[in-house]
Amino acid sequence: MWLTSSSIGRKVVMSVTGACLVLFLTFHMLMNLVYAYDVFVGTPAGEHYYDKVCEFLGTNWYALLGTAGLALLIVIHFLYAFILTFQNWKARGNDRYAISGKQPVHWAAKNMLALGVIVICGILVHLFNFWAKMMFAELAGAEGAFAPTAGFDWITNTLCDPVLFAIYIIWFCALWFHLTHGIWSSMQTLGLNGKIWLNRWICISYIWATVIFCGFFLVLVAAVIQAGGFHCICAN
Amino acid sequence: MAIEHIMDPALSRIPEGKLADKWTNYKAHQKLVNPANKRKLDIIVVGSGLAGGAAAATLGEMGFKVKCFCIQDSPRRAHSIAAQGGINAAKNYQNDGDSVYRLFYDTIKGGDYRAREANVYRLAEVSNNIIDQCVAQGVPFAREYGGTLANRSFGGAQVSRTFYAKGQTGQQLLLGAYSSLNRQIEKGNVTMYARREMLDVVLIKDKEGVERARGIICRNLVTGELERYSAHAVIVATGGYGNAYFLSTNAMSCNGGAAIQIYHKGAMFANPCYAQIHPTCIPVHGDIQSKLTLMSESLRNDGRIWVPKKLEDAKRLQRGEIRGHQIPEEDRDYYLERRYPAFGNLVPRDVASRAAKERCDKGYGVNGTGLAVFLDFSDAIKRLGKDVVADKYGNLFQMYQKITDDNPYETPMMIYPAIHYTMGGIWVDYELMTSVKGLFCAGEANFSDHGANRLGASALMQGLADGYFVLPYTLQNYLADQIQVPRFSTDLPEFKEAEDAIKAKIQKIMAVQGSRTVDSIHKELGHIMWEHVGMGRTKAGLEEGLKKLGEIRKTFWKEVYVPGEANTLNTELDKAIRLLDFIEIGELMARDALHREESCGGHFREEHQTEEGEAKRDDKNFMYVGCWKYMGEGKEPELYKEMLDYQEIKVQTRNYKS
Amino acid sequence: MGKESFLNVNVKVWRQRGPKEKGEFKTYRVEHVSTEMSFFEMMDTLNEQLINKHEEPIVFDHDCREGICGTCSLYINGRPHGIDDAITTCQLHMRKFKNEETITVEPWRSAGFPVIRDLMVDRSAFDKIQQAGGYTSINCGAAQDANAILISKVDADEAMDSASCIGCGACVAACKNGSAMLFVSAKVSQFALLPQGKVEAARRAKAMVARMDELGFGNCTNTRACEMECPKSVKISNIARLNREFIKAKLAD
Repeated sequence: MWLTSSSIGRKVVMSVTGACLVLFLTFHMLMNLVYAYDVFVGTPAGEHYYDKVCEFLGTNWYALLGTAGLALLIVIHFLYAFILTFQNWKARGNDRYAISGKQPVHWAAKNMLALGVIVICGILVHLFNFWAKMMFAELAGAEGAFAPTAGFDWITNTLCDPVLFAIYIIWFCALWFHLTHGIWSSMQTLGLNGKIWLNRWICISYIWATVIFCGFFLVLVAAVIQAGGFHCICAN
Repeated sequence: MAIEHIMDPALSRIPEGKLADKWTNYKAHQKLVNPANKRKLDIIVVGSGLAGGAAAATLGEMGFKVKCFCIQDSPRRAHSIAAQGGINAAKNYQNDGDSVYRLFYDTIKGGDYRAREANVYRLAEVSNNIIDQCVAQGVPFAREYGGTLANRSFGGAQVSRTFYAKGQTGQQLLLGAYSSLNRQIEKGNVTMYARREMLDVVLIKDKEGVERARGIICRNLVTGELERYSAHAVIVATGGYGNAYFLSTNAMSCNGGAAIQIYHKGAMFANPCYAQIHPTCIPVHGDIQSKLTLMSESLRNDGRIWVPKKLEDAKRLQRGEIRGHQIPEEDRDYYLERRYPAFGNLVPRDVASRAAKERCDKGYGVNGTGLAVFLDFSDAIKRLGKDVVADKYGNLFQMYQKITDDNPYETPMMIYPAIHYTMGGIWVDYELMTSVKGLFCAGEANFSDHGANRLGASALMQGLADGYFVLPYTLQNYLADQIQVPRFSTDLPEFKEAEDAIKAKIQKIMAVQGSRTVDSIHKELGHIMWEHVGMGRTKAGLEEGLKKLGEIRKTFWKEVYVPGEANTLNTELDKAIRLLDFIEIGELMARDALHREESCGGHFREEHQTEEGEAKRDDKNFMYVGCWKYMGEGKEPELYKEMLDYQEIKVQTRNYKS
Repeated sequence: MGKESFLNVNVKVWRQRGPKEKGEFKTYRVEHVSTEMSFFEMMDTLNEQLINKHEEPIVFDHDCREGICGTCSLYINGRPHGIDDAITTCQLHMRKFKNEETITVEPWRSAGFPVIRDLMVDRSAFDKIQQAGGYTSINCGAAQDANAILISKVDADEAMDSASCIGCGACVAACKNGSAMLFVSAKVSQFALLPQGKVEAARRAKAMVARMDELGFGNCTNTRACEMECPKSVKISNIARLNREFIKAKLAD
């Protein structure tokens, strides 16, 4: 199978899974922006649109299927990252340069794996804080501080924690760097690139990564405002 | 003087018939080898440049088993790669009156009527096939917007017949041949041996007692081991011997070793004195210089060559007190335009080179060493604008600036002639076979097509013609008689004998343990060659040169120091072996130059010039190819004259004045 | 000529007897080096010094010394071909260095290019990749008239840009992944752009990539270090084209 046995095939897997994850991220951000809308604009009836979104997704078959697919994408992306890095490390040879490369290589491009690991750690924290308490709790029928579909309260009461807030900022930063290289790189790997499109894709990568960063950042800020400042969850 | 003989014209094996029909007739009547037999025949090709690479690939395509050797780490790096300008062909795509005959005529005339008619006509004939073949290989020649091939004009012709790929034509043509070669390597028809240097050819007597080339001994440059290879025929395509001058535009590994080895084994060396000196090279900057860089001849289309009119300006330039652009127009001497009003800056290479030397010898040189003239683009920039000039010559200007740190847009370039190409080489007959049976020689290594001077863009043409279109036929004609001969074992006594002789020579070199590096002796050799066998030669100078060359050989055997061991990678030993051959080539060049009492093409004898300082040929006494036959160590070689008989062309004096 | 001045430099060179042996850095001093000299002429001077002291000279690959053959291959002060853009090692001049500078010289380092001795490496893997399919399968003598195939000037020029690769291996040397994608893509692109090459484009892309993988070169992660160091400015748009050709070929299987 060329997707596993050839170098370009493996890269195609990376870019396709990566591109899908970018699309998911974008969707996730748009969904979260509903929370920000609730906080900053509000609704006439005082109800939260965001809870409706959570309810709508809930544990429907499409949400579950989506989640399973997503998990698979992440696992493949992550696994391939390690396989590729290992192979690349081997291809580099045992003797290394005494003076490392002086080319102005984009910092993110050189550190995709490290950035990816930070992103994964962020995902784990995120899963623990939200997914476990929402979708998983709903599936398992577990009891939590709020109802699994009460997304609005979950966000408000989780992200106002200063430690988590900081972790999320680091996570978003890593994600931003990862995406600035990842988006155009995936287009390059799929061959959807050329002399003119290279700079366009790079520009798009920066814009896209920044939009995603800002969108999520807005949610963080909204949560803190909604909570009336930072509160330590551990203190509860 | 050397013992002289007139060569039997039959030895040249020129086919009967009218000039235009000779090659067609040859092909129609030559012997062929059937496919099943081709598989049983081995061919050794030494060299992987345009001639060698193309021959190896094509012979492989035909089904012969080929062993190809190159000195570089890959066949793609042969020095053919460095050719910049282009390749000639008589396509007449420009509808400017070109034809096979005209290309033939220009080549003979450009060679100062010292080349063999039949060979040159065949070259012109196959030139068109070369372009077809290269395009089919995917060589990205320059094109017009309509999609057809573009041409440019080059020196010595009144038509535009030069095909080019940016300033990298040699590279693209070589990569084309290399790609064909790779296809045959993959198919198993060609086995490639890289980083190998041929050190001898092995001759074996057949049943009739005729000695035939049946193998080579080479040194593996990585392991230092001597290796034996056998075959039914051997092709030597190892390029020219310009590095005898130490400084030349040749690559560092270019050498005349293979030529000298086969000369020792009976192949005659023809016209060694014809060396082309290219007028537009970047001048020498100091004693440690290792290599000269050529600036394309195309620069002379728009650049104007000059030196100061006043000697005191030249002196100030030499002291670095002023720069070229500070000298006012009225104080500049555009000496080529002055001397050759009709051709101006576009006179052929030999003429331009001598004129530059003449000015510098008179003290008008424009740099610190006094050995440089200006090539000025300020007029072109005024006339065409900087953008147009940059579009035409941008990459050359950039290359010049990288090397010299001078900006040619602001201050004139400095150039000086340098050794570039050797027209002389191993004598071959019409079939490109040397005077040894089964030993062929192709490309710059042979003497065949350029006479006393080569026109621009003709070297690539000749290399590929030999490799793609001549050798594949003529070799078959030879091998047709060899189909009964089984493959040779390399354990035969002839192989052992050749290898032992090389071993002894290497040991002798290693044992000198003197106090001088190989390069220091090579540089001394270069100085002698440039001084005595350079652009302007005299009887006294050549005799003096010969004496000095004898001394340099003694110096070598007394003072050379080669570090390390012989049976491992040893770059100094590689160079030392080559240097010995260069010394011998130097002697051959000097000897040939001394005997040739005329001036023609790349050979200028100061005694033989017109009152205006132009070359004076002596067709009555010297219209022949001077072939030198090795008579043994320490003995003078003997001269065999292949008389040139021009039946189609009226021999004239070259005139570039009006 | 620029203004000539003289430098004293310390050259820290990687010395290694053979592929299996351990190497180490040795530092040599070279004095009175003219700024007009090329880097190799400085190395020649150093070698003359070594030989005169009866030491073995430093072995490095070099040939044409005018930037076209692709033989030279030194990693100088952290960059393949040294501290200038779009040059080969042989085009590097001493005016780029400072007086009393320590110049670190290393061989190309990649599993695909084992060291032979000192600074000389074995790049025969590049030939093997070309042998897998870097050609059009046309026998000599079978060609039609050159002008029978019309090729737009734009395509011809672009193919020329791709074809200008000199096979020096700086791309692999610069790549943190030891990937040969720029090299392979240059050849695949040249033929993909020309009608002569299109006939076997699919086969070529698959065969050359397979050979490249087989020889142990790494995976491209689009860091662009290769195009920054390419002496002939071959661009990564070629890699995109290779990817496209390869994916197209595989999907058509």
